[in-house]
Amino acid sequence: MLRLPSFKYLQPKTLKEALAMKADAGPDGMYVAGGTDLYPNMKRRHQEPRTVISLMAIPELKRLEGWNVGTCVTLTELSNLPTFQHSYPAVAHAAALVSTPLLRNMGTLGGNLCLDTRCNYYDQTYEWRKAIDFCMKKDGHICWVAPSSPRCWAVSSSDVAPVAVAIGAEFLLVGPQGERVIPAGRFYHNDGINYLTKQPDEILVEVRLPAPDGWDAVYHKLRRRGSFDFPVLGVAAWVRREGGRVTDARIVLGGVASWPQEIPEAAAALRDGELGDDAIAAAAAAAYRPAKPLDNTDFDLSWRKQMTRVYVKAALEELRQRRG
Amino acid sequence: MADGKRRKVGRSEGGSTTPGGPSNRPLVQPSHDFRVVGKALRKVDATAKVLGVTKFADDLSLPRMLYCKLLRSPHPHARIVRIDAARALTLPGVKAVLTGKDLPIPFGILPVSQDEHALALDKARFVGDPVAGVAAVSEEVATAALDLIAVEYEPLRPIRDHLDAVEHPEPRIHDYGDHGNLHKLINLEFGDVEAGFAEAELVREDLLFFEGNTHLPMEQHAAVAEWSPDGKLTLWSSTQTPHYVHRALAKVLELPPARVRVIATTNGGAFGGKSDPFSHEIVVAKLAMLTGRPVKITLTREEVFYCHRGRHPTLMWVKTGVKKDGAITAMHFKSLLDGGGYGSYGVASTYYTGALQTVTHHVPRYKFQGARAFTNKPPCGPKRGHGTPQPRFALEVHFDKIAEQLGIDPADFRLKHLVPPHSLTANWLRIGSMGLAECIRKVVAGSGWKERYRKLPYGQGVGLACSSYITGAGLPIYWNAMPHSGVQLKCDRGGGVTVFCGSTEIGQGSDSVLAIIVAEVLGLDPFDIAVVAADTDLTPVDLGSYSSRVTLMTGNAAIQAAERARDLIARHAAPKLEAPVERITFVGGRVFDAASPERGISFAEAVQLAEAAAGTVGTVGSYTPAAGAGKYRGAGVGPSPAYSYSACVALVDVDPATGIVRVPKIWIAHDVGRSINAAAVMGQIEGSIYMGLGEALMEEMAYRGNRNVVHKIPSLLEYKSPTTLEMCDVITYVVEDPDPNGPFGAKECGQGPLLPVPPAVANAVYDAVGVRIDEVPITPEKVFKALRRKEKGEEPRFGPLGFPDLPWPEPTRVAPPWEGGDGRAGEGGRGREKAVGVTAGRRR
Ligand SMILES: Cc1cc2nc3c(=O)[nH]c(=O)nc-3n(C[C@H](O)[C@H](O)[C@H](O)COP(=O)(O)OP(=O)(O)OC[C@H]3O[C@@H](n4cnc5c(N)ncnc54)[C@H](O)[C@@H]3O)c2cc1C
Ligand code: SF4
Repeated sequence: MLRLPSFKYLQPKTLKEALAMKADAGPDGMYVAGGTDLYPNMKRRHQEPRTVISLMAIPELKRLEGWNVGTCVTLTELSNLPTFQHSYPAVAHAAALVSTPLLRNMGTLGGNLCLDTRCNYYDQTYEWRKAIDFCMKKDGHICWVAPSSPRCWAVSSSDVAPVAVAIGAEFLLVGPQGERVIPAGRFYHNDGINYLTKQPDEILVEVRLPAPDGWDAVYHKLRRRGSFDFPVLGVAAWVRREGGRVTDARIVLGGVASWPQEIPEAAAALRDGELGDDAIAAAAAAAYRPAKPLDNTDFDLSWRKQMTRVYVKAALEELRQRRG
Repeated sequence: MADGKRRKVGRSEGGSTTPGGPSNRPLVQPSHDFRVVGKALRKVDATAKVLGVTKFADDLSLPRMLYCKLLRSPHPHARIVRIDAARALTLPGVKAVLTGKDLPIPFGILPVSQDEHALALDKARFVGDPVAGVAAVSEEVATAALDLIAVEYEPLRPIRDHLDAVEHPEPRIHDYGDHGNLHKLINLEFGDVEAGFAEAELVREDLLFFEGNTHLPMEQHAAVAEWSPDGKLTLWSSTQTPHYVHRALAKVLELPPARVRVIATTNGGAFGGKSDPFSHEIVVAKLAMLTGRPVKITLTREEVFYCHRGRHPTLMWVKTGVKKDGAITAMHFKSLLDGGGYGSYGVASTYYTGALQTVTHHVPRYKFQGARAFTNKPPCGPKRGHGTPQPRFALEVHFDKIAEQLGIDPADFRLKHLVPPHSLTANWLRIGSMGLAECIRKVVAGSGWKERYRKLPYGQGVGLACSSYITGAGLPIYWNAMPHSGVQLKCDRGGGVTVFCGSTEIGQGSDSVLAIIVAEVLGLDPFDIAVVAADTDLTPVDLGSYSSRVTLMTGNAAIQAAERARDLIARHAAPKLEAPVERITFVGGRVFDAASPERGISFAEAVQLAEAAAGTVGTVGSYTPAAGAGKYRGAGVGPSPAYSYSACVALVDVDPATGIVRVPKIWIAHDVGRSINAAAVMGQIEGSIYMGLGEALMEEMAYRGNRNVVHKIPSLLEYKSPTTLEMCDVITYVVEDPDPNGPFGAKECGQGPLLPVPPAVANAVYDAVGVRIDEVPITPEKVFKALRRKEKGEEPRFGPLGFPDLPWPEPTRVAPPWEGGDGRAGEGGRGREKAVGVTAGRRR
């Protein structure tokens, strides 16, 4: 069997206690929530914490207050909440599209937003990675996807992150230095290794969703199978409309870069017009151009790039239909 | 069933149970006579499995048990210069380390391919090839020890695939084989195909490719070995072939077979992936002998991908001549298989890619050229359908194209010129019952074929395909004249019956088949029968759960043993019942006079009478298939006591914007001869559809040729296999055309129904959007590319473009039966192959 290495497991009851435990453990300590990302990664020796600090017994992280969601709410809870299905269908839908029912019962919103970037040269066991002489993201020096590149191109593969960025959610972080609130878009870096702006000792405490006041959003996911699979392309589309005219829009792609990739050109193509066929086609074309999938996920990369156009179009058509 | 197995077996036609048996029973009984056979029953072991109580190999735990881990090669092709395990041995908790030189005797499933070592001796042949084995007090310590073993490798140029192997005879992966890196080259000709093509009114050639895929059993292989101070070795293993593992252990460990006991634990799925003797089984046995402690190994999912033995990637070229009415005048078929790093069953697999082309539609003249390449990847071998799904895919797509060119509906095309029942084919296969016509009619009617074919809106389509599969290989893996399956039966004075048989339960229901058959003959409840299976100390040999042989072979052996018991008991019950022996009847746990059923005693009382009069009540039964009709070199692969038949219609939805193909529904009809357990038959058919669908749409053993030929996706997450959401609705029609050789007429159903699925889907995609995908899996990328080509006015197709020239040997020429041959090479044909045949018989 593929075994977890031995480690120390701690279960703090308060945020303060958690921060103290992390301070004690130093770089060898890591937070865990549902563990559906961290534990498989530990089996493959991607992350090798000696001390694992569970966040699941901290009541604040389980809280749901208005549109503020504690990050230890599970994806199952998130996708089943009637208020969410009604007011934030895109968030509930994206959560419901993650993996399988079993994993959603364990996996949390916070874990999903902090999900490690993925690459099929990296999501492999230690022995496998040894056979390719490792790569820059862990234990090695080169990127096998783009050997001349100085950076890692591992892919942001969270389903909820693109939606959080598209709708303009804000994140509350608590660290040894205190609290800070940042827009979701600023939580991510386009770098496969340092993909979060969060410091390792900071805890993502809360996601603050914008009031549901006249905007709408959808999320479309491309994957091989109807369950289990990570997105190879996620399209989160957000629009604000007044009297049929789009006054603001955001298109964010998942699965094509190391962060949720905002495509301002696509949004621009929608602004100040109806959601007509031409505008949709222009937005889809605009999203197609900068999407730069690499050969490190399921499916052939050129086909994935082609699909950007198809999926952006389908997402916008759904938005139009929902209002129409 | 490599060459060299062909010997005359002096047995009557139709297979035989051992001499001296009773049985004037009619070969095939009408179904209304049956009390248990043919009912839809729960499997006898189902409840324990569903409740999670069944113990699999990994559930075993023995006192003082050690854990084993294997160090595997990180190089696809490398000479091993030096191995130093000294540091690993100093790690606390490590009890022993083995390397190749500790187990120098080679083994392999086929006598002609003894090319594996438990641990690589001088060379590693793929990334994942085992190089060293550690036994330690925990898996964690054993894993840590692996990093302390220093291995110095001298990398060699890797051979990436079959085409690379053709282009690069050097460096050779093995120092044996027919040519460079070509392991096996076959050239067989049955009649003059060129003359056949000349008579044709249409000759068509096609090139197709079938990608490799793997079995993906839920249970990873596991094994536990125990060495007793009394000098006996016991191995528990998740294997489909305990008998062959027994032979390999005795050979490599140099132990008398009598000192080796192999127990096949219940398999959590196998599908052919657990039918070779494996490195890990031998290594834990040796470690147990060295340490005197039980040793266990449980493979990781990744390691299961390295054990592989799955579907050979196969490039195929087929040329067929037909008359205007669809009658075939000749066929020429070429296959090139990517075999991976070792022989495994590969020689047999290669023959199988050419063996069954002739058993559905009449092919009067037939030529087959097959080649298998060694490559630096995990070895390929037998996966459900062993070597036949690839050519069946090629053939049924090819037939679809021919039917279109002739302007004949493909369903009508397939109903014409069927092979007649009870006949011989051009390559001398003896066909028994043949229910394909009925199968075709069932799926055509059920699917509304005539209303749908070429009439559905753009994006939707239907496709049809047929197939056939063997019910048990006619020859054993190693040459011997003994039965293929044996059964012992013990009747207890309490009324209990225990059936002992070497057959192996892999989820297919073999334990249930034994129980049902014995219950049928002795008039008992199948859930009361005790089944002791797959234990080389306790049970008579059954060759294993492969080639769809178990129901037919153990079934016949069980019938013989049970009938002998019935006759024995009847003889001693008759005086008490004051009735003639012929009237003694066994039903419902009672033994009675058929003429006055109220005059009866319980089965237990009847056993007591027999035991009192004649001693312990025990009987045996066995089964040996009849000799095949073909007598040429290579004739050993293809013959079977019976052939099952299937026809399938697939309905597909193709999204032209993405190329994504969905299969909402499949209609399948399968000629099973006779259902022994109707529920299990349905289960096997649906399971075959499921597996076929995965092969048709997504499953793929992908390697990174440019990065050390590593397996690209050795995990359950990234090796894409359908989930329940991708599974289609299935409408199953069970056709029962009883075969005289089958137990109560039964034929196989565990593999055959997979075969028509990939071609039916490919044909349906063409019906839906007008592009030919001559390659499986039929992925969205391929459909998308073909649609692009169609838009641009190019050939609307995705598939291989050529078949390389290969150094074929001179053909073995065998005249087909209707050209006056006798099944031998040379005579009647134009060949001169006798010499080859003779030497072949002597190899190993
Ligand atoms: C087979 C499989 C399929 C999957 N498919 C998908 C999919 O389709 N889509 C998808 O989006 N994901 C998928 N996942 C990934 C994962 O299951 C989900 O993203 C899940 O939501 C992760 O949440 P978790 O609580 O289990 O995270 P954990 O494993 O507990 O944590 C993940 C990371 O986040 C950090 N972390 C967690 N919570 C916090 C917090 N509050 N503050 C700071 N750091 C934190 C942890 O330290 C860790 O580094 C899949 C996983 C598997 C194994
Ligand atoms: S993108 Fe490159 S560096 Fe990053 S994980 Fe993949 S191979 Fe490694």
